[in-house]
Parts: sequence; C-alpha cells; structure tokens
Amino acid sequence: MKISALPDAELRQRLMADGVYFRTGTFVAHLRTRLEQVAASFGLLYSDYPLLEGPYADFHVELAPPRGLRRWLRPQVDFIADGHAPFAALPAGQAFPMFEWGLNWCVSSQAQHYLIIHAAVVERNGHAAILPAPPGSGKSTLCAALIHHGWRLLSDELTLIRIDDAALVPLPRPVSLKNASIDVIKRYVPHATFSPSVTDTIKGTVAQMKAPSESIECADQVAAPGWIIFPRYEADAALSLTPVPRSRAFMRVADNAFNYTRLGAAGFEALKGVVAHSDCYDLRYSVLDEAIAAFDRLASQAGKR
Amino acid sequence: MKAAPVLVRVLRDPECLRHLSPAEWDLLLRQARAAQLIARLALLAQRHAPDAIAPQVAPHFEGALLVAQRHREAVEWEITQIRQALGSVGLPLILLKGAAYLAAGVPAASGRSFADIDILVPRARINQAEAALMMHGWATSHHSAYDDRYYRAWMHELPPMQHGRRMTVVDVHHAILPITASSKPDSARLIAAARALPERPGVLVLAPVDMVIHSACHLFHEEELEKGLRDLSDLDLLLRGFAALPGFWSELLARARELDLERAVFYALHFSSRLLGTPVPMATLQAAQRFAPAPPLMRLMDALYGRALLPHHPSCYHGYSALAGRMLFVRAHWLRMPPALLARHLVHKAVVAFKGED
Repeated sequence: MKISALPDAELRQRLMADGVYFRTGTFVAHLRTRLEQVAASFGLLYSDYPLLEGPYADFHVELAPPRGLRRWLRPQVDFIADGHAPFAALPAGQAFPMFEWGLNWCVSSQAQHYLIIHAAVVERNGHAAILPAPPGSGKSTLCAALIHHGWRLLSDELTLIRIDDAALVPLPRPVSLKNASIDVIKRYVPHATFSPSVTDTIKGTVAQMKAPSESIECADQVAAPGWIIFPRYEADAALSLTPVPRSRAFMRVADNAFNYTRLGAAGFEALKGVVAHSDCYDLRYSVLDEAIAAFDRLASQAGKR
Repeated sequence: MKAAPVLVRVLRDPECLRHLSPAEWDLLLRQARAAQLIARLALLAQRHAPDAIAPQVAPHFEGALLVAQRHREAVEWEITQIRQALGSVGLPLILLKGAAYLAAGVPAASGRSFADIDILVPRARINQAEAALMMHGWATSHHSAYDDRYYRAWMHELPPMQHGRRMTVVDVHHAILPITASSKPDSARLIAAARALPERPGVLVLAPVDMVIHSACHLFHEEELEKGLRDLSDLDLLLRGFAALPGFWSELLARARELDLERAVFYALHFSSRLLGTPVPMATLQAAQRFAPAPPLMRLMDALYGRALLPHHPSCYHGYSALAGRMLFVRAHWLRMPPALLARHLVHKAVVAFKGED
C-alpha cells in the first residue's frame, strides 16, 4: 500500500497521532508532526512511497515547535530524532526542508553499514553514475534533469555503497534544488511535482522535486558501479568530459565521504571496489541538453565494455 | 516501579534476546543508540542469540561493529605513539579507563569506544609529560586564560592535549579526582600498584581492584550521566571479569578505604548488582553496607541514580528524570570543590556565558 492510499485527512490525522511509517530505499522511517506545512509537502512528495505498519523503523523523527514562550513571538521548528534535537531550531517556515536535511543526517550519522558519499547517483542499464561534488557545482540540477531523461534516481545527496560487494544501494528521496536551479528545472521538466519554495534558508531558496515513481518502485534494485563523474556547471562553458586517473578519483571521492575514516579498512575496500569498476571524468557543462547527451553516450558505450 | 527498560534487561540477561517482540527490538536499538552501547549489544547478541537478531537490526549491528573495529585499530596506534612520546623522557605509559580496558584485553573493552585517551603520570613529572607530548605533536587545545588556570590550579589533569595532525586527544592526569575534591585518593599508591602488560613493553594499567575503583570513582563523581549506563556496564563487566581472582572482593573493599573512595565503591556494587545483576558475593555486599550513606540519603540516591543510570531515551524517562539529572549535576560539583571555590567558579562561568567568551 502506498501513502497515496490514505485520504488527506487521514494522513494528517496519523501524522499527528502515532505517526506514519514509510519505506525509502532500504530504510524505514517514522515521521510524526502536527505541522500543516510538513504534512502538505510530505503528502505531495511521498505519495508513491510504501506505507508500512510499525513498530519497527530505522529512524524515528518528529518536527515540532520548540517549547517555551518564543513559539508565540517568532514560530520555530525543531527536528527531533528519537527524542533528541541535534540541530538548532529553524524558522517555522523551513520545517519541510528541515525534515529532508534531518533525515539525511539520520542516514549519514546512523547507517554505518554503508560507505556513504556526499554525491548524487543515477543508473542506466544496470550501471550507476556517481556525481560527487561540493555545493554549488550543479550536481542536483544535473541529477534532476537526468532522472527525467531515461536515468533512474538512486539518490540526490547520499550515495550508499554496500560494504561487502561495493554495489550501489538506492535511497530515492526528493531532489533538493536551490536558488536559480529551481526555475531552470521547473522549465526543463514541467511535468514534475515540486514542493513550495522556501526562501531565506542557510542554503538560500530551496524547493524539493518529487522522485520519479519508477525510481521509488525499483528501490530494491541495486546498481553496479559504472562511472564517477565530477560535474561542474560554468556559465557559457563548452561541454568537456576529461578523463581523471582512478587514483586521483579515489582520493576525491574519499574526501566527499561522510564515514570513510570511521569505517577504516572496510571503507577502503568498498571504495576501491567502486573505483576499480568505474570510468572517471571531470564534466564541465553549461547546457543541460549537452550534458545529458554526454551521459547517454557513456551509457551506450557501457554495453560494449 | 516501571518494568526495567529492554536494554537493561538484555544487559542483565542476554538470553532474553531470544524472546523479544518486534516492538522490543525497535526500542532496544533506540535505547542502545542513546546509551552508546550498540557495538557492545551487537557482540552480546552474536554470542548469546545469533539466530534471534531481528533482520532489520542486523545491519545496524554490522555497522557498529565495523566502526568499533576501526576504533580499536586507531586506539592501538595512538597508544604506540603516546608510549614513544613518554618513553623519550623515561616515563612509562599508564593508561586509564577505555584505553586501559582495550590494552589489557579485559571484557569491559567489548564494543567500547571513547573520544579521548586518559593517562596517569606522577604529579612531580607532569610538566615533563606535557613537554614530551608537545615535542611529539600534541598541543593544549584552545582555552581561555581562566580555563587554563582552572585546570592547572584545581584540577587533576592538564587541559586536554590534541594532536596537530591526527586530532586525537590525550587527557593527562596526575590524580583521579580534582585537588579540590573532599576525597583525596593518593595517586602514588595507584601508580605503585600499576601492572605491566607483558605483550606491551612500556605500557601499564591499574591493578584490577584499582581499575574497578577508578571506574566507580569516575561514574559516581560524574556530572553529566548521559553515558551513565555505559559506565555502569563497564563496572559490571570489570567485576564479572575479576570476580574469580583470589582475594579480589576483600581486597576491593580494603583498597577502597585506603584510597578514600569507600562511598563510590559502595555505590558501584549497589547499583551494578541492583540494575545489571552483577554477581557480587553476598558477604561483600554486606561488608560494603557500612560505606552506605544514612537511610534517608540512601533512599534519595536510589531514586536519583535509579533514574539517571537508565538509557537517556524518551522511553525511559520518568516524571522526575530531568530533576534527578540536575540534582546529580549539583552533587557532582559539590564533591569536586569546596563551596566558596564552587561559587567563584560558577559566577565566573555565568559572567562568561553572559558576556561571551573572552
């Protein structure tokens, strides 16, 4: 059963009372909230996710106004992971982005059975392209465009590498877009579903794009490593795809990992497994169509490898 | 009284893992995460009920064990480095707490992680130890002049020293309680009784009774009890591990008296047997009774620690949990410093908090 099977009123009612259990990738999350804004965006973006019955969840999270007088003066919101608030409260209007960031934090801080890279990851024909990149490099923009043009979304933020066999494990969640890229993607993928934009966050204006329902349905299918591509958006740049030596790519991906040092030898082996089976490139682009064409060329060559 | 939290029940009797409902597994993992006991729990489950581990929980156990394994390796490396640094000025390395459990290979090391490595050096040589560590890359992390003086004048340790490249932290102690505390355990006695580790030349740990007493002293003078259950579980494992040593139990009490730590040792025996079912011989429990506080105070301490030592997880909160935590916080400060000094210290901290760090 999917979350969309719950009528709106019942979804809100459940979120307020015992909370809603849903599956995202290999994780089960449990969300409780009385906040209308969170309920509305959650209903919009998570309608295709499997609805579960409790009692088990990997992450138990809640969004709630902090206690105290302040709530009447300037409403705020706390992200609460199983009773503890790991972050400072944010203005109430940022509650839904905070849910997304908080859930990412739960995964990256608590799921130590994966090597976790800060990277987008998309799949075609069984092979995955990993896109590690610092904020502002156009990773999410590219990811959002790719997953509406033939590529499957594994994750926009957290690349999960299975420790034993270096397979890439899906975590399809909404794609987080920032500032100018919100309008770029709204024009580029007009049929996609977006949460309302939230202004003045620490990342500027943010909006989430719903994950394609096929990606959510295939969330149990892992992908083999195929490419590691370091994207970089540059205004007016001509498209260029430059090979990167594997040794160099290894170090750059390790730098983008959340728990590489915590996992020691196991993390090293898993990353080695991924890099050994990936072609590595620096990608510079300014036009989404050209970038997607470059990805598609790589995918078509993969069959001949 | 409410039933014991599932994590406490499992630590008491790991066989009960075989009979947990899915809801209890869910709660067990959450409580273990809050108490920083996932890796220890994972090892316990693998030993006692490998087939019963809930499939959803298994990956979290695997992750915790990977991290624990890496932690052990990192600590081994750190121990070697610190030993070399101290060795350069002819000081042996005496490890305390977590690092000592690990180096000595006692059961309390199981699934144990810790942020800093604690070491003990004779007070007369503390400057030498500091200099040696500085020569090998450790430096006092940033502190205000007040904090620096606070540590050096009143505390039982130097301000924490962090390694410039590896960012690991060493706490250099010359005693196990602040100079200002009312109990005055003589650290020369601890050092004199410390044991060499045959397979680690130049590395020592406290004698078994002293290891227990230090663990007790630490827990029952601690101001923040977030890791209280983990520390109590350490005590439980230490006591179980040493229980069969000849003369251990009688020596424990005699030594507690010598070190002026009878009360802490009494609490350790009392709460670990009460909460975790540590098999303390009846004779020892009875003999320790004379170190117990007067009955009204005992009832209060039972109420306070009975709450504060549970996992710090919402499922374990009783009506007065927060109050119990605050009262033990005040008690710990009270034990650390005489009232006038405490007042002065708290006023300074309040002013700093008000004006911002200098």
